Amino acid sequence: MGKKLLLDKAHIPGIRYYETYRKEGGYRSVEKALKMTPEAVVEEVKKSGLRGRGGAGFPTGMKWSFLAKPEGVPRYLVCNADESEPGTFKDRYLMEFIPHILIEGMIVSSFALGSNTSYIYIRGEYDWVADILEEAIIEARQKGWLGKNIQGSGFDCNIHVQRGAGAYICGEETALLESLEGKRGNPRIKPPFPAVKGLWGCPTVVNNVETLAAVVPIINDGGEAYAQIGVGKSTGTKLISACGNINKPGVYEIDMTISVEEFIFSDEYCGGIPNGKRLKACIPGGSSVPILPANLLLTTAKGEKRLMNYESLSDGGFATGTMMGSGGFIVLDEDQCIVKHTYTLARFYRHESCGQCSPCREGTGWMEKILKKIDSGKGEMSDIDLLWDIQRKIEGNTICPLGDAAAWPVAAAIRHFRDEFEWHVRNPELCLNQNYGLAHYADPIYVPEKV
Amino acid sequence: MAEEQKTIKVTIDNITIDVAPGTTILNAARQIGGDVTPPAMCYYSKLEGSGGKCRTCLVEVAAGSAADPRPMPKLVASCRTTVMDGMVVKNITSDRVIDARNGVVEFLLLNHPLDCPICDQAGECHLQDLGYEHGKEGTRYQFARRTFKKEDIGPYIQLHMTRCILCYRCTYVADQITNKRVHGVVDRGDHAAISTYISKAIDNDFSGNMIDVCPVGALTDKTFRFKNRVWFTKPVDAHRDCQTPGCCGKATLWLRGDEVFRVTARKDQWGEVQSFDGKPGWICNTCRFDKKKTSDWAIEGLTSIPRHSVIGANKYSQLVMPQETVQKVMNGMEPKKLMDIHSVSEVNKPGVHLSELNGPAHSDNFKK
Repeated sequence: MGKKLLLDKAHIPGIRYYETYRKEGGYRSVEKALKMTPEAVVEEVKKSGLRGRGGAGFPTGMKWSFLAKPEGVPRYLVCNADESEPGTFKDRYLMEFIPHILIEGMIVSSFALGSNTSYIYIRGEYDWVADILEEAIIEARQKGWLGKNIQGSGFDCNIHVQRGAGAYICGEETALLESLEGKRGNPRIKPPFPAVKGLWGCPTVVNNVETLAAVVPIINDGGEAYAQIGVGKSTGTKLISACGNINKPGVYEIDMTISVEEFIFSDEYCGGIPNGKRLKACIPGGSSVPILPANLLLTTAKGEKRLMNYESLSDGGFATGTMMGSGGFIVLDEDQCIVKHTYTLARFYRHESCGQCSPCREGTGWMEKILKKIDSGKGEMSDIDLLWDIQRKIEGNTICPLGDAAAWPVAAAIRHFRDEFEWHVRNPELCLNQNYGLAHYADPIYVPEKV
Repeated sequence: MAEEQKTIKVTIDNITIDVAPGTTILNAARQIGGDVTPPAMCYYSKLEGSGGKCRTCLVEVAAGSAADPRPMPKLVASCRTTVMDGMVVKNITSDRVIDARNGVVEFLLLNHPLDCPICDQAGECHLQDLGYEHGKEGTRYQFARRTFKKEDIGPYIQLHMTRCILCYRCTYVADQITNKRVHGVVDRGDHAAISTYISKAIDNDFSGNMIDVCPVGALTDKTFRFKNRVWFTKPVDAHRDCQTPGCCGKATLWLRGDEVFRVTARKDQWGEVQSFDGKPGWICNTCRFDKKKTSDWAIEGLTSIPRHSVIGANKYSQLVMPQETVQKVMNGMEPKKLMDIHSVSEVNKPGVHLSELNGPAHSDNFKK
């Protein structure tokens, strides 16, 4: 059993409310941080090696140190709770059950960054979660953890909850800031980065819910103690929201030393695949990261066991690896059709593209139409090459990472499952009658000698 | 002066130029001119905040600066990237850029109706130019193109959303030139559309400039629609003493004979509104839509048109008329009477003499 830092008290009844949370040792980190200098708090987070939990995995301490600090200009901390990636629901779990850990982490982070007004931008679909957060904020304010002169330290901090209107694109940090300002949620063109010109033109840090919550154990136990957990540059614990064809879907806190195989098949975590089916493929980090077939998922191209951490999952680049992403772990068993699956994802990205820059606006719709055509048995062989060419022309040529996120799943599906696409083209009748594609990818399967 | 900034060096396609700090790569390339200038569909130098959206101006940065000569991993939008000292940029010398640009042009044309034969913008359309330079002869798109219903956005401007490439220029015009913006982009993704919240709402003194900045035929002049093709009209520079504050009063009249078909702002070589005294020469709706007589204007002379432009194709200075020889040869007979259908038609066979047929010619007569 790995060490739990965020969810260790999640099972306690009433942890949602201030009284219980405080009794269980809540808000200790605020007390501790307010006695330190802001620079020392940032230094502690740097020492911890905490990496952004939103998907990109950028070191949080480094992000905080990039924040411009001009005189007389307010700075803002924005919490990105617009968790819209298909397959990812870890932040919802955290906010729903332990909202105070986010509030606590935000107060500490606001103190470290010098932000007197901080925002939680939450997706519109999480309506009830926003109510829970607002309730928690009121409780914290009544007990003197928010507002003017927190606990007599002279530091003022207020937290506001802002509901989004339900757009995936508003999870991109600059689109989130635009939306927060009340404008259309179009990503901004970078540079300037939010650390220099963010919310209302002021320096801003945007962090994921889990990142800000992880600041609490870092301050409580010290950055070095946090860095001891995990392996290499993947320090601390990570929340994984597991779903798909597994016996026990849910949110798990792992310490990034376990292997992918253990995570899927051990009873402690996902508990294996139901109905005795075999593993076919998996998307380990939310819908936008590349899908991997079973053999490459369990072992890397070098033949080592793949571990659940940033480095090991991205081992081999996109040719034979994938990404940690936001931790939306989607497992597909042998009955799932990759073409159908890719079509579903393409439909999502087409729907969620903001339409600002042309490759993403036109390309996502085009890819969706071609995948629909292949899926409905009308595809041609040239369509597969065409899809590859389209995704290549979208990737990297867009304003924000949504273009990449739309291109990667298609690219990976063709890269690893090309014969399933070809099977669909060759068997137009059959592919309409059976809703699963080729099952021969399931483990144990042939491992190519040279990848 | 001490505070006078020194210029910085930037190399674009092996041509080095000194530019002022803060210049974008695109503007540096425009100072060089010629083929090294990346095309720009959404960037408009007179509109603050424009650019970065269409991705046609992508360039490769082979070296970031003299201090940090690492290349940038991704292609960058040259219209929104400022140059650094010692930056090395590759535009047409980079295969990656050419490939990406071809892709972007394909994406832009994907849902474009290509109704150039009935489009008023044809002949001065930036997308048409871009298609000629970078487009393919065929499309790989096999599906129905996206279309929009026609929508009335105001008394002077016709919106054809189907043609729009969502450059956002018109929204910047409304934001920065008119006193309030009443239109914007609604919806998202490939069904995003320019629209107004209240229909027929665009009624503003400077709204006509939206037509000038539109790179395609999405916004056209209702007073000029279907009246003439732009290459049949003759552009002349003219000015009038306009009392509207903010209007420069300098315009281009598009004439045919003495009739003024259309009035637009004066454009520079990049298709943008010319600047006068450092200010962009926007014109008001009175000048644009109401003053349609040559007597309203003081005409300065012919507008210079770039050599490659179709608008300059039949313009009047130094025009050499082809010598009329047919009439001379044929003893003054009119040319059309001499027309021989056998020699111009591939359907008809020269062996069949029409005069020998009994009655009017029929396709059966040629099948023998």
